[in-house]
Amino acid sequence: MIIVVGAGPAGIAAARCVLECNLPVTVIDDNPAPGGQIWRGEAINLGAAQLLSGTRVVAIDGRARTVLTEGPGGPRTLHFSKLILATGSRELFLPFPGWTLPGVFGAGGIQALVKTGLHVAGKRIVVAGSGPLLLAVAALLRRRGADVRLIAEQARPAALFSFAAALLTNAAKLKEGAGFAWTLAGVPYATGAWVEAAEAEGHVRHVHLRQGNRRWVEECDYAAIGYGLVPNDELHSFAADSEHVIPVPTGDVDLATLEGAAAGYEAAGQPRPSAKLERARRFGAVLARAFALDPELRSLPKSDTFVCRCEDVTLERLCGWDSFRAAKLHTRCGMGPCQGRICGPAARFLFGWQDTSIRPPAFPVRIASLVTTTLATNGETS
Amino acid sequence: MIGGGATAAGMGHLAVMDDSDPQFALTSYSQALWSELAPQLPPDAEYLPCGSLWLAADDEEMAEVYRKFAFYQERNIAVEVLDAKQLAEAEPNLRRGLAGALRMPSDSVIYAPCAARWLLEGIPVFLGHQVSEFTDEGVEFANGHRFAAGSVILATGTAITRALPWVPVQPRKGHLLITDRYPGFLHHQLIELGYLKSAHSVANDSVAFNAQPRATGQILIGSSRQFGTEDSTVEQDILSRMLARAIEYMPGLPTLSAIRAWTGFRAATPDKLPLIGLCPGHSNVYLATGHEGLGISTSLATGRLIADHILGRLSAIPREPYLPGRSFDGHD
Repeated sequence: MIIVVGAGPAGIAAARCVLECNLPVTVIDDNPAPGGQIWRGEAINLGAAQLLSGTRVVAIDGRARTVLTEGPGGPRTLHFSKLILATGSRELFLPFPGWTLPGVFGAGGIQALVKTGLHVAGKRIVVAGSGPLLLAVAALLRRRGADVRLIAEQARPAALFSFAAALLTNAAKLKEGAGFAWTLAGVPYATGAWVEAAEAEGHVRHVHLRQGNRRWVEECDYAAIGYGLVPNDELHSFAADSEHVIPVPTGDVDLATLEGAAAGYEAAGQPRPSAKLERARRFGAVLARAFALDPELRSLPKSDTFVCRCEDVTLERLCGWDSFRAAKLHTRCGMGPCQGRICGPAARFLFGWQDTSIRPPAFPVRIASLVTTTLATNGETS
Repeated sequence: MIGGGATAAGMGHLAVMDDSDPQFALTSYSQALWSELAPQLPPDAEYLPCGSLWLAADDEEMAEVYRKFAFYQERNIAVEVLDAKQLAEAEPNLRRGLAGALRMPSDSVIYAPCAARWLLEGIPVFLGHQVSEFTDEGVEFANGHRFAAGSVILATGTAITRALPWVPVQPRKGHLLITDRYPGFLHHQLIELGYLKSAHSVANDSVAFNAQPRATGQILIGSSRQFGTEDSTVEQDILSRMLARAIEYMPGLPTLSAIRAWTGFRAATPDKLPLIGLCPGHSNVYLATGHEGLGISTSLATGRLIADHILGRLSAIPREPYLPGRSFDGHD
């Protein structure tokens, strides 16, 4: 059985391509319904694929070729012939004074909240961080009646120019961009700018912005701040040496779909070269360069700013260690329930550390979910 | 990295043990040294004087409780027998029907990596350097740099056999799991007396119930013992057996949230005693390894014994039982 983890654009494309090759496929997804972050709430047709929604992969055994899952029916062990990891990405949060205050969200975070019912009509919102997602989020907020005060993009105009030039070669992206421009007409778009601090009275009230030497304060009801996306690659680290595990590289929705398809065909044993995929990868690389983080952002957190919000570890306590593992062992950074998903990528940017000590379970699970029968050699056990 | 090996992987249980007289001598001496240090330890060393409970499931194990009680009493170690009712009061989350327990009030728990860092304060530490050569005159790093020293102490845990293949140390793999924070769920370090049976069996993979309250309110759950593997992967079947055993003792565990599981390798010797002292064939090279599951417990005493030897002092306990050159005849 080919198993796909993740039912976002990449996982859906992978599953469809496996089906196209006349092979059965199971899709495991931790959300209540397929679609991922991009197609959240949309009707998704997965054809003959078996879909296990609301199910998380807790651990992978690359040698036994099994995944341990926790879902509505309790823990299950599933056997796979090939495992496609289409686990997508999450937002990169960079710590700054006030980033943990109520009302300060990620850009993708507020997008998900709005899609699932948060009312933003009439709310003053500052959108900041980096990447094309900021535009999509600001456009969504505006369509829902929010007063988007400002978009602060950390990338500088020169870097953005290469992105604009690449856009001209991509008709679909250009159209999408034009749509955002139309929706966002009148919203200031500040480049080389970022939120330095947020302040609250119970709830966020205003943010301090900086653009070069210019500093100002913007009042707001919400701040939506995300510095781009980082891949959810924790699961892959459990079975990185297994030839039966195929990780799907992440990217924007077009790239993710093409990468997912390529992984699906590969898992089915029918790899297909795709010129479209090569083009999308080149566009992805341009995107990554254009929105590369400004090294000056490393000075965003102050010595008493929490970097690890699970374990309340401040920047000051992280200075002086030579690796993430050493910092983790000696300060508890990354040891909390989020397993370093938030502070790990932040520490990678701030200190250049790679988290080399990802431990199972991939998510906090009930102990009961780790008590399984002996792993089956064929089929599945429960 | 300071404390990145078995120090980081272990439980940090500071215990007195009675497996043999030399083991008792070393553990009780070391525990006294830890107690002296305790008031100075930094907060992140999370020293928790919680005491240990050795759990007796039935009358046979209760007989062992009384045997241990007599052993420790004779040697002036504070110790107490709890009957079934007292045990249920001391640890309400244990299952009903256990026979009782032996309480060791002076045992404690520590977060070893931070304690190790604190112990090294003021001592020059060269991190990220591999020692390629050692002699009675000092060490040579892999980058060719030499470091002259009057004495060299090899405290490398299971890695000792990479330098000295003859040393009778074998890696014995263990699994541990830590939960989210549940302050008050557990009060003592708990160990099932069946642990002794499993710890003694050299042949097979075994699991035994072992649970520890952390200063953070988290619960550390063990334990497993495996020979013949150097693969650090968390093995789902072993983890599952280990947790199933724990649930037999603490029926409330299944609903608690598990945050992280990991493995580590104990440096095991054939006679269950560490290798402390002069390395055969050398005049200034010492070994400090082979402590199996008691490395943190006996670390301070280990350091003292070696320091005593180097300085020509008398030691508080006899050093002979731990000398690396001893005979291991009669042990497989």
